[in-house]
Amino acid sequence: MAELNSKIPKGSLTSKWTHYKDHQNLVNPSNKRKLDIIIVGTGLAGSAAAASLGEMGFNVKIFCYQDSPRRAHSIAAQGGINAAKNYPNDGDSIYRLFYDTIKGGDYRAREANVYRLAEVSNTIIDQCVAQGVPFAREYGGSLENRSFGGAQVSRTFYARGQTGQQLLLGSYSALSRQIKLGTVKLYDRHEMMDVVLVDGKARGIIARDLITGKLERHFGHAVVVATGGYGNVFYLSTNAMGSNTSAIWQMFKKGAWFGNPCFTQIHPTCIPVHGDFQSKLTLMSESLRNDGRIWVPKRKEDAEAHRHGKLKANDIAEENRDYFLERRYPAFGNLVPRDVASRAAKERCDAGFGVGETGLAVFLDFKESIGRLGKQVIEDRYGNLFQMYEKIVDENPYINPMMIYPAAHYTMGGTWVDYELQTTVTGLFAAGEANFSDHGANRLGASALMQGLADGYFVLPYTVQNYLAGEIRVARMSTDKAEFAEAEKAVQTRLEKLMAIKGTRSVDQFHKELGKIMWEYVGMARNEAGLKKAIELIRKLRVEFWKDVKIPGALNELNPELEKANRVADFMELGELMAHDALNRNESCGGHFREEYQTEEGECKRNDDDYKYVAAWEYISDGQFKLHKEDLVYEEIEVKQRVYK
Amino acid sequence: MKLTLKIWRQKDAKSTGKFVTYSIDNISPNCSFLEMLDILNEQLIAKNEEPVVFDHDCREGICGMCSLYINGRPHGPDDAVTACQLHMRKFKDGDTIVIEPWRAKPFPVIKDLMVDRSAFDKIIQEGGYISVNTGGAAEANNILVGKENSELAMDAASCIGCGACVAACKNASAMLFVSAKVSQFALLPQGQIEAKQRVMRMVKKMDELGFGNCTNTYACEAECPKLISRSNIARMNREFMCAKVI
Repeated sequence: MAELNSKIPKGSLTSKWTHYKDHQNLVNPSNKRKLDIIIVGTGLAGSAAAASLGEMGFNVKIFCYQDSPRRAHSIAAQGGINAAKNYPNDGDSIYRLFYDTIKGGDYRAREANVYRLAEVSNTIIDQCVAQGVPFAREYGGSLENRSFGGAQVSRTFYARGQTGQQLLLGSYSALSRQIKLGTVKLYDRHEMMDVVLVDGKARGIIARDLITGKLERHFGHAVVVATGGYGNVFYLSTNAMGSNTSAIWQMFKKGAWFGNPCFTQIHPTCIPVHGDFQSKLTLMSESLRNDGRIWVPKRKEDAEAHRHGKLKANDIAEENRDYFLERRYPAFGNLVPRDVASRAAKERCDAGFGVGETGLAVFLDFKESIGRLGKQVIEDRYGNLFQMYEKIVDENPYINPMMIYPAAHYTMGGTWVDYELQTTVTGLFAAGEANFSDHGANRLGASALMQGLADGYFVLPYTVQNYLAGEIRVARMSTDKAEFAEAEKAVQTRLEKLMAIKGTRSVDQFHKELGKIMWEYVGMARNEAGLKKAIELIRKLRVEFWKDVKIPGALNELNPELEKANRVADFMELGELMAHDALNRNESCGGHFREEYQTEEGECKRNDDDYKYVAAWEYISDGQFKLHKEDLVYEEIEVKQRVYK
Repeated sequence: MKLTLKIWRQKDAKSTGKFVTYSIDNISPNCSFLEMLDILNEQLIAKNEEPVVFDHDCREGICGMCSLYINGRPHGPDDAVTACQLHMRKFKDGDTIVIEPWRAKPFPVIKDLMVDRSAFDKIIQEGGYISVNTGGAAEANNILVGKENSELAMDAASCIGCGACVAACKNASAMLFVSAKVSQFALLPQGQIEAKQRVMRMVKKMDELGFGNCTNTYACEAECPKLISRSNIARMNREFMCAKVI
């Protein structure tokens, strides 16, 4: 029986990671060759871990559902990556990055993990520069920084609005080098269907070759899952179409507990929804808030006139504009953290001041900064984002202010892991967005890339080795073993069951319906009645899905509808768990806002006495989950109300 | 909008494909091209027909997965966008739209509009990297890079590996793709030590995989959704010549 042991090393906060590394168990080079590691997902965490473990001499197998590892959704991250280099000499330090991240997460993250993250942040930049990642530079040739939400220093390194792309191409190239050297074997267009346990330890996976539809068995002495977040539970999100929860959900069913599932991040600056046919939402990088000012009309009649197309934004006089973030949060202004900015925009729109056709949008205006810095500077900084906006919306953001609205973007929750990133299943690790570990109840901008690469380059290579040191006597297992056969059979049965339904409604129709339920009741603002309703509605939807979903084509062939159906089936179960978790957490913190628990000014009201813990959920049976609590102990940081005023 | 679609349907790599005509109505001009295909697929599913298979993922023009040849142009009629960023307002009511997969020998069709581009991965595996292991990297600011070169390297590095350049080229040449990676490292001090082997190995692999030669029509540059410049090809040629001569 699993139990919660976060395995935080003893000693002072600043010495824990060094102490761990100094005392971890090692595997000698000749034994490394005999040890197999399975890695699922080729985003920043997965590809960085695969490259690093391959370099060390382990045998690595890496899997991705896309046609190439370079397509993983890390590639879409725009704004930047944080590090505590203090190049601008503005008072930054490892401690301050650690502090901002804990505070940004509304005191719901583990101190030791976050400190380690801040500690390795500088090494990540060194590593990426050595790989040839073309970060922005000053004229003198040194690296340039910009500021991001939730911080008062400029600690964000960036490569135009394509930082995720450049970092991923960096780790993809390191991975490609290992593939060439033969230490890593790549399985593209393969999806992990289940994890295989032998004597309680993770020993492999069942994967589906998406081209042939055949199921395959793969053995590994350890399994690392880095399959990203589950934002697509909302149907409309900034995630890629294929991003899904299935890998971590199947792990959950096999005993890997789920941490803080209700902690989801709604990003404030996305292009608003504009039609029923819409398949995804496009993010406009948070970096835009460096130079863009967010506002709505001060007068309701102006907002209404704009909604009906009778008034243009530029025709609203300065004194009739409400720069609501600057007004409410003078200290941080437009650079408040994402959860705060999103809620403030929602509050204005709900109060009738929203603009655009639907009234669900606020302005992001560059007029002032273009006037101050000139158009060229703005173009250099955000050119590709402005172009993207114009292509989608058909309006020139250099002339008319952008219109933006919050959208589901990132999930802080995920598989529960200990300090070693090991789940409650021995030998099964989770990294990057797939785990719950570092961002508490809200992630700060430019911290996802930092965490993905920290986990992949600088944490897993140590902790996986430490685990494998105890496995050197375990010979490679045959995948003919009963455990593999049983796991494969279970997957086969489930897929056959899906194909046999032959109902009347497409997978997308169910997914859209689930998304509506989640956005309405488990989205930016939640309350007890709504969450209970969500559980009821999802259960009903699930029953309908398993009776009426229509999947064309066949099982043993390329069948994208079957892939989607399998993922949506898991999203529905996850949605229910998210609602349970949100219902259990009778407080507001970070991205989790319960309407019953707010201050008079509409800010989050935490309840540290009763909820200063990580909620780790155990799967009991269908719709039955058991709560375990990992108490969060703050030794370094004083827990207080988060203030950005 | 009402549209006629002529779409390439091919059961699998071995079968012979053909164009199938579909008509579709009530398409909003604000709909993206792939959303239009989603709508078509919904209708096909409702009619018990097989939906059209096409590659796509991020739908914001950065993952490089979408790969549609639309009315004779990779990624369609708009400039500097991928098919997922193309919007229906670029077409007129009543238009006929022809949709094909990338056509190039090194990119065999898998099904319908989906092709196999693993040849690109194989080229990168030959040398599209700086050989540095994790850990032990020097302090980042010890390596200074002039802003101009850094910007040029970034221009080259913006390649999304979609393969439009190959699809656009009458010779199915991968020169723009390969040269973008070679250029990125040629422009940076970090990439110098193994520059010669890099360009030699990558070019050799490119030829081996069946990509054609460059005959300077620059269709690749014209169709590149990320505006990768042909000057990268010139830079790669220079690197290649130097590597062979010196």
